Amino acid sequence: MKSADDSFEPRITAFVCNWCTYTGADLAGTSRLHMASNVRIIRLPCTGRIDPMFIVKAFERGADGVIVSGCHPADCHYTSGNYHARRRFALFRELAAFLGIDPERMTFSWVSASEGAKWRDVVDDTVARVRALGPFVAYQQLIDLPALTGESYASVAGLLPGGDG
Amino acid sequence: MNELRQLARELLVDEKVDVVIGWEDGRRGARPAFVTAADDAERLIFDTRCVHNLATYLSPRRSHLAELGKVGLVVKGCDAKAVAGLLREAQLPRDRVVLIGVRCGGVLEVPDLPQPAELTSETVAPRCFRCDVREPHLADHLVGEERPDPPRPPMTIDERVAAVDALPVEQRWEFWVGQFSKCVRCYACRQVCPLCVCDRCIADKSLPQWVESASHPRGNLAWNLVRALHLAGRCVNCGECERFCPVGIPLSLVNRKLQQVVKQRFGYVVSDDPEAATPVGDYRLDDAQEFIR
Repeated sequence: MKSADDSFEPRITAFVCNWCTYTGADLAGTSRLHMASNVRIIRLPCTGRIDPMFIVKAFERGADGVIVSGCHPADCHYTSGNYHARRRFALFRELAAFLGIDPERMTFSWVSASEGAKWRDVVDDTVARVRALGPFVAYQQLIDLPALTGESYASVAGLLPGGDG
Repeated sequence: MNELRQLARELLVDEKVDVVIGWEDGRRGARPAFVTAADDAERLIFDTRCVHNLATYLSPRRSHLAELGKVGLVVKGCDAKAVAGLLREAQLPRDRVVLIGVRCGGVLEVPDLPQPAELTSETVAPRCFRCDVREPHLADHLVGEERPDPPRPPMTIDERVAAVDALPVEQRWEFWVGQFSKCVRCYACRQVCPLCVCDRCIADKSLPQWVESASHPRGNLAWNLVRALHLAGRCVNCGECERFCPVGIPLSLVNRKLQQVVKQRFGYVVSDDPEAATPVGDYRLDDAQEFIR
């Protein structure tokens, strides 16, 4: 998974809410802040609109990292969308980590409309972190992967349900 | 057992229910039984082979079963939790079902036996260890004798989850990709689950197609991930998905992991209280957000 290749440019997909983070990212642009250009932003009405499957789909389609960002608690345009999202992504993040998807590839943040500089920091940090992790080829190559043999999980065979392997 | 049969007979004779769904002896151990005639109540049994979570017959997806009329459902504690889940999510009118609770002392991991068997630490289903609903509180009637605590399995589910958690992230990935690559996408885990209640499952949607339908490792990962996620805070730990899985994917580990997270983060434990809120449909202003910058 690690890549020593300095030419690797991470592809980051950012799912952001329309009211806070998108406006904050816009502010970063109009303020002429310098930041990494690896992020493709997808604007959604609210973090509550962001299904964890969006992240799965981003990884399937070749993203190396993902950012999910929206309004700070108590700032949601729809009152409670970000609170629901907070629970959802807390679960998703831990489940993904349990299944072996490195949570370092995912950034969750609150960026308000006035926090252009924070958005720049979120972007730069995420890009640097994912650059260090290298391309997420493990996920992208899943589709070409021949079915793994029993040997690949023999070391943990005791974890399997009774009588089967 | 006579108590169970007698009660089922009375409910049918008094026309309090139209059908009693319980277990009977079959060629390969116990099997689900639909009893509509009072005399057939003699067929009903309950022992350690009765693993099936019959609450799945109440799922709104099985609307054809509603035609049978009012149901008397024989439930263990875990099955009662599933019924509570359906009630909690307004998927079942309470007056459609009479719950016949059985006191349970655990069930077998591999239940295909011609005769009832006592539980040992080798044969008990690991999920039964430290079960918190051995007496289904939600039930309208309670039958059977007190049973001893289920024995401790050699390795509890929590210990197995901890073993996976202890692996480095690359090895967890290898382990789960190896497991999920066995998946043939038969969706037995979904079909048997009493709480997979959607009219149209996300895995069956094609525009947009969130879950790739071919059974290659990438689609399998997406399916198993979303299945677990949609049951977060809802799964009652009845173990039917894992038991039905024809290729032996350890689904109970994924389910238990989410139970642990839900308990630790939101202080929520799935109970047989139909009034309790569900953790994913709910939130608190002070939920932990250490992972959000």
